[in-house]
Amino acid sequence: MSLKEGYADDVVKGFMTWSIIWGLVAVLVGVLISFQLVFPQLNFPPYLTYGRLRPIHTNAAIFGWGIGSFMALFFYITQRLTKTPLWSPGLARFQLYLFNVVIALAAVTLALGMNRSKEYAELEWPVALLVVILWVIFSANIIMTIVRRKEEQLYISLWYILATLVGVAVLYLVNNAVIPVSLFKSYSAYAGANDANVQWWYGHNAVAMVLTTPPLAIFYYFLPKSTGVPIYSHRMGIIAFWSLIFMYLWTGAHHLLWTPVPDWVQTLAMAFSIMLIAPSWAAVFNGYFSMNGQWHQMRDNYLVKFLIFGITFYGLQTLQGPSQAVRTFSAFIHYTDWVPGHVHMGALGWVSLVIFAGFYYLVPRLYGREIYSVTLVNLHFWLAVIGQLIYSISMWVAGVQQAAMLHASNPDGTLHYSFMETFVEMYPYWHARAGAGVIYLISLLVFIYNMVKTVTSGKPTQLTASAASTNA
Amino acid sequence: MFERKPIILLLLAALAISVGTLVTMVAPFRWINDPQLKIAEVRPYTPLQLEGRDIYIREGCNNCHTQTVRPLLADVERYGDYSKAGEFVYDQPFLWGSRRTGPDLARIGGKYPDAWHYRHMVDPQAMVPRSNMPKYAFLQRPLDTNLTSRKMQALHFPYTSADIAALQGKSELDAMVAYLQKLGSDIQWRKTAQVAVVGDLRNPFQENKSVLSEGKGIYEKECAQCHGADLKGGVGPALANLDKPDAEVFKAVYEGLSAGGMPAFGDTLGKERVWKVVTYLKYQQRH
Repeated sequence: MSLKEGYADDVVKGFMTWSIIWGLVAVLVGVLISFQLVFPQLNFPPYLTYGRLRPIHTNAAIFGWGIGSFMALFFYITQRLTKTPLWSPGLARFQLYLFNVVIALAAVTLALGMNRSKEYAELEWPVALLVVILWVIFSANIIMTIVRRKEEQLYISLWYILATLVGVAVLYLVNNAVIPVSLFKSYSAYAGANDANVQWWYGHNAVAMVLTTPPLAIFYYFLPKSTGVPIYSHRMGIIAFWSLIFMYLWTGAHHLLWTPVPDWVQTLAMAFSIMLIAPSWAAVFNGYFSMNGQWHQMRDNYLVKFLIFGITFYGLQTLQGPSQAVRTFSAFIHYTDWVPGHVHMGALGWVSLVIFAGFYYLVPRLYGREIYSVTLVNLHFWLAVIGQLIYSISMWVAGVQQAAMLHASNPDGTLHYSFMETFVEMYPYWHARAGAGVIYLISLLVFIYNMVKTVTSGKPTQLTASAASTNA
Repeated sequence: MFERKPIILLLLAALAISVGTLVTMVAPFRWINDPQLKIAEVRPYTPLQLEGRDIYIREGCNNCHTQTVRPLLADVERYGDYSKAGEFVYDQPFLWGSRRTGPDLARIGGKYPDAWHYRHMVDPQAMVPRSNMPKYAFLQRPLDTNLTSRKMQALHFPYTSADIAALQGKSELDAMVAYLQKLGSDIQWRKTAQVAVVGDLRNPFQENKSVLSEGKGIYEKECAQCHGADLKGGVGPALANLDKPDAEVFKAVYEGLSAGGMPAFGDTLGKERVWKVVTYLKYQQRH
């Protein structure tokens, strides 16, 4: 199929493969640092300490696994939705090399301690500059393909893709403004509370433009493709799109409640966070209503299972997030393990499940082979969901318990517990979290095994005809 | 409509995200770090402190430690006076963090004597037995000062060549401790926020042996790291022969002693538990 239409799918395969490799790195490092929290003797200074490894975990997850897989899926989706081959396959191949160089450089420089300390923007300026080049050539390729399209109508997924391209560009450039001291050291261009406000404007909208709009683009494309029925409401999708990208940018300061950032900035962030429930849940409803009369596919079609569980976790995430953005609740749970519990529901539950669905859809079509084992797909699914739930639930309980202990006071107004008394109560939960990480790691290994077996020894597919008939 | 015009859609999307950006990210530059919010006592970092701060960044300390005290009872009692915007004007980048796996460090400066930090960084579990902090003994290596002048210039911090020369022979650990001791201590919050003990300082448990085991438990948890499990001293002085009146011992524990670096325990322990420790200590001296 791709030969006939001239679609550039070799880069899709390349990005898919490498994003899975970096995803495995992210999970391996995540498991290691979760054990370091329980057994501090697993820190091997100077390079392999928690402080240096945690940014490697988050960067490998967000940029290696997240962005890498979005590049694969965006290239695939854009060519199909525009009925146009990629503008420049050569540039895309260069992008794949550059992508891997950047992620590898990120891992090495972070382990060496070259770190700007700003979360999800840790990379020192030379590496950050390469990220900018990477994003420019990626954006140019996608935009030019869309401009030269043969299909006039722009499906909603392309809207989310375009918003992602412009959003990430603006965020990354502003938050990476630095005063360089040497090739390996720079200082932020902003100071103190200003720097904090810029950072969380960036940090929270990285969640918007990297971990929300791309998975939504993927979801809106692959759900109809998988179920064979169209999305419930294109109009609801459009309204949700504009309100989502408009409102998201106001909410960064909910990471800074009760800090010296001005109160009115915090209050705006709080209000807009609550308002974001509406567009977020519009996408959830769009997913659920698209399943009208199709719910049996949850049983019969594993792609649908991944996508609907994914959008369900998105729905839970977008209720929990706004509740955390309220001052009173933030005062209680902020800075505790509740927050990593929240983040991992989004990362493992929502983003990763949707990416897995995309990859399970792609592999048979790109390699012409049926998935090697549907049993293993189901095993992967359940291990991933169970691992993630144990992770998140143990962290929520841990966060509430520690918060309650930290805030407990005696009748004379003094504090009832010292910090260490609350701290030692966390160990059982940290053990549970490390175990959950191992379960998730196993699920990922099952996925990788199944993918490798599919590509090397899956049965040849029969689905060329059916895929053509359901073309969007 | 624009669902057929990708460039217009791209521009409109850019416009949509720029509104919230302008209001909540760009506009606050007008209000934050306003000269009116300037705090005169807050000083830029010295070369040694700045190098320490860069090591703090390099090691990713901000992944486990926050540096901002919220105006909440539990935060203020546990960590000290709430953080003010004017205290962070020299922080590029800010290091407020997002997770308190370890305690907040915004006001760690002056809480412990230097010796405590040296021991704690080299072997955290020696000072805080069930801590999960990695050992940072490798920071005892010499401090690299090649970039120090350029760093100070980049940030427009005042320094003299004598300051740079004084870095000779310093270790990374020296720089780290210097940085930690500056944190949050530019403003004189310890003096103004100090809990004054009011009322009659009489030990309610005098000669009450039933509180001895509890007092011993508190001592082992809170005091033994500096004064030794056997009361023979360490970072702090020996307490085995504490020949001071109960009230004076109580005041030292409750309010702290700025001269020797003894932290105040009034807020975290409360009067009753402080008296129990005092009773335990006095009992050890008498028997």
